[in-house]
Amino acid sequence: MRPSTAAFLFFAIVSSLFALTFIDAMLRQPAAVASMAQRARVVSDYGLTDLALFTEARYTRHPSQADLHSAFQDHPVAFEHFPSGSMIPPPAGLRR
Amino acid sequence: MRIALNDVHKAYNQGRPNEFWAVRGISLSLEPNRVMCLKGASGSGKTTLLSIIGCLSRPTSGRVVLDGKTLSGLPERFLTEVRRHTFGFIFQRFNLIDGLSVLENVMLPAYPLGPNHGELRTRAKRLLGQFQIADKASNPVNWLSGGEAQRVAICRALINDPLILIADEPTANLDSSLSRELMGLIDGLRDSGKTILLTSHDADVYASPVVDRVVSMRDGRIVEAGD
Amino acid sequence: MIDFFRRQRYLVDFTLSSLLRRKGKHLGMLLVYSLVVFVLASVMLFSHALQREAGVILQSSPEIIVQRVVAGRHGLIPGNYLEPVGRLRGVSATQARLWGYFYDAALKANYTVMVPPDRQLGHDEVVIGNGIARIRGVDIGDYMTLRAHDGGGISFRVTEIVWPESELVSADLFLISEHAFRSVFGIPEGQFTDLVLSVRNPREVGKIAEKISIKLPDARPILRDEVLRTYGSVFSWRQGIVFVLLSGAVLAFVIFAWDKAAGLSAEEKREIGILKAVGWETGDVLRMKFWEGAIISLAAFLLGYVAAYAHVFYGSAGLFEPVLKGWAVLYPDFRPSPFVDPLQVISLFVFTVLPYTIATIIPIWRAAITDPDAVMR
Repeated sequence: MRPSTAAFLFFAIVSSLFALTFIDAMLRQPAAVASMAQRARVVSDYGLTDLALFTEARYTRHPSQADLHSAFQDHPVAFEHFPSGSMIPPPAGLRR
Repeated sequence: MRIALNDVHKAYNQGRPNEFWAVRGISLSLEPNRVMCLKGASGSGKTTLLSIIGCLSRPTSGRVVLDGKTLSGLPERFLTEVRRHTFGFIFQRFNLIDGLSVLENVMLPAYPLGPNHGELRTRAKRLLGQFQIADKASNPVNWLSGGEAQRVAICRALINDPLILIADEPTANLDSSLSRELMGLIDGLRDSGKTILLTSHDADVYASPVVDRVVSMRDGRIVEAGD
Repeated sequence: MIDFFRRQRYLVDFTLSSLLRRKGKHLGMLLVYSLVVFVLASVMLFSHALQREAGVILQSSPEIIVQRVVAGRHGLIPGNYLEPVGRLRGVSATQARLWGYFYDAALKANYTVMVPPDRQLGHDEVVIGNGIARIRGVDIGDYMTLRAHDGGGISFRVTEIVWPESELVSADLFLISEHAFRSVFGIPEGQFTDLVLSVRNPREVGKIAEKISIKLPDARPILRDEVLRTYGSVFSWRQGIVFVLLSGAVLAFVIFAWDKAAGLSAEEKREIGILKAVGWETGDVLRMKFWEGAIISLAAFLLGYVAAYAHVFYGSAGLFEPVLKGWAVLYPDFRPSPFVDPLQVISLFVFTVLPYTIATIIPIWRAAITDPDAVMR
């Protein structure tokens, strides 16, 4: 087989997979949207305010509710104590 | 296909302190369907002259004329066109592409022309057959012996069916029996209508009966025109 | 036209044969390159999907939350603050909330303990998030005991587990009655954690927040808009570990693209000379090199992206879990929803494919335009 033929086949396969990812995303949209709507209902039922992503400390668990002190711990440019603190910014309200 | 050189000069590093004139005023005419040999010591300018004739480099002054058409002034694109169909080169050190197979090496010069793949392969295999190395077609070129590589180089030079074959020191890496074999092959090529230009300082070549004309060079000039 | 494609195909033939000479090296290169794209694409897809989720879900959060600040810290708010706030024009509903954290020393996990606003739970009943159910291995009917503020233990019977697919927002919830909450944490009657307000007209929210600050000087209003903006920039903050990961990957990539681009070896120069000597034009040589760069970078992009998509949307970005989980014991089990931003994908393409392809052509430019004369020597 010519090398270029093998290359064609390879790219044909990988490009189809690539296209497939977009088709997959499209097909799963309705289910995803429905699922998100249900989560939204849980949020409004319990009056939740934050994602339960980072549960190691109160200011990482509820970053939007965090108070002045905890957001920056000891001083404004202190390193974060938790890895998660490095991934999300201090609450928008405090950055005004 | 008549090639003529008119007062060709070639300098390297022109204008700089190490300026060197490799060819100084050479006028020469190549008869079609003949075998011509440029003889001379190393440094005599024969390799430079070869590359000028084969359009691999341009003269500093003077003209190269092919069938009345001046080649030396042509832009690169046209020059390459001409070179592809007119000249086939066999280098002193063969200059095959390492790692590629024999067949690929032979087909390489035809790639930019985009011919039909099946036809090209057949043509290449036929050439390899003519020179008795068809069985090595799928081997990588680094597995070949000196003589085999030489023959592959010849096949590569012939793939585009050029009218003029140019060989630089073709026997430099061959022993005497292989050298004589090579001269035999060249004889056959001449008989099939090709024009052949060689350089050599090997007596097996320039003294061979296969050679029709010997031109001696020294210090960039023709010493003996060999007419 | 067909001729053009035929010619390009031959150039591709040569380029591939040439690359295959050093199969190991080039496959390794492709692997590393794909890995870089994989990491970049994974982060891109994951954070985009997460931001989308947060954006939609948290729209259902309360419009205004009123916190009381005591000595710079979040303090308890008296129930009688409800009245002045409720009287403000535009406020359609108010509620006082009780919530806090419980640290489970045995598992070193934090639970978010809450009193659900609209339900009346029995004093020994608890509704737990699926994350708690998972790490404690408890199910409906089992008992969980919390250590109260006075040292005593209070037991709760699990009556319900929050819908597992909502773990992203509910994994660590521990919902109990108000009476039970006050018993566990020792919060006296009349004191609450914060107040939430419903405002029907979104344009009035700012005004109302101002009025609250004036009416209750020690209170801090938090707007839903701010909540959403906090989550709008997930993964984009300072020394993010993810940033470090990214810059490490980008650096590795730059080094290796540099190695490719940093000039030609004598061998490569010679080969280009040979190609020209056997009849290839400068254009052919350049196009051949272009194909080399394009094929490798395109392959890496496609492979990396497809792998990243599978990783994020089918593997729940499992490889990021250790990074995201950090020191937390409780980490939500969730599947990001497949929201892909085509613009982001295009930018990824531009940033990964273009530079490499260009980097492959530039160094050979010089060699490609010189006369093949040197080959003779």
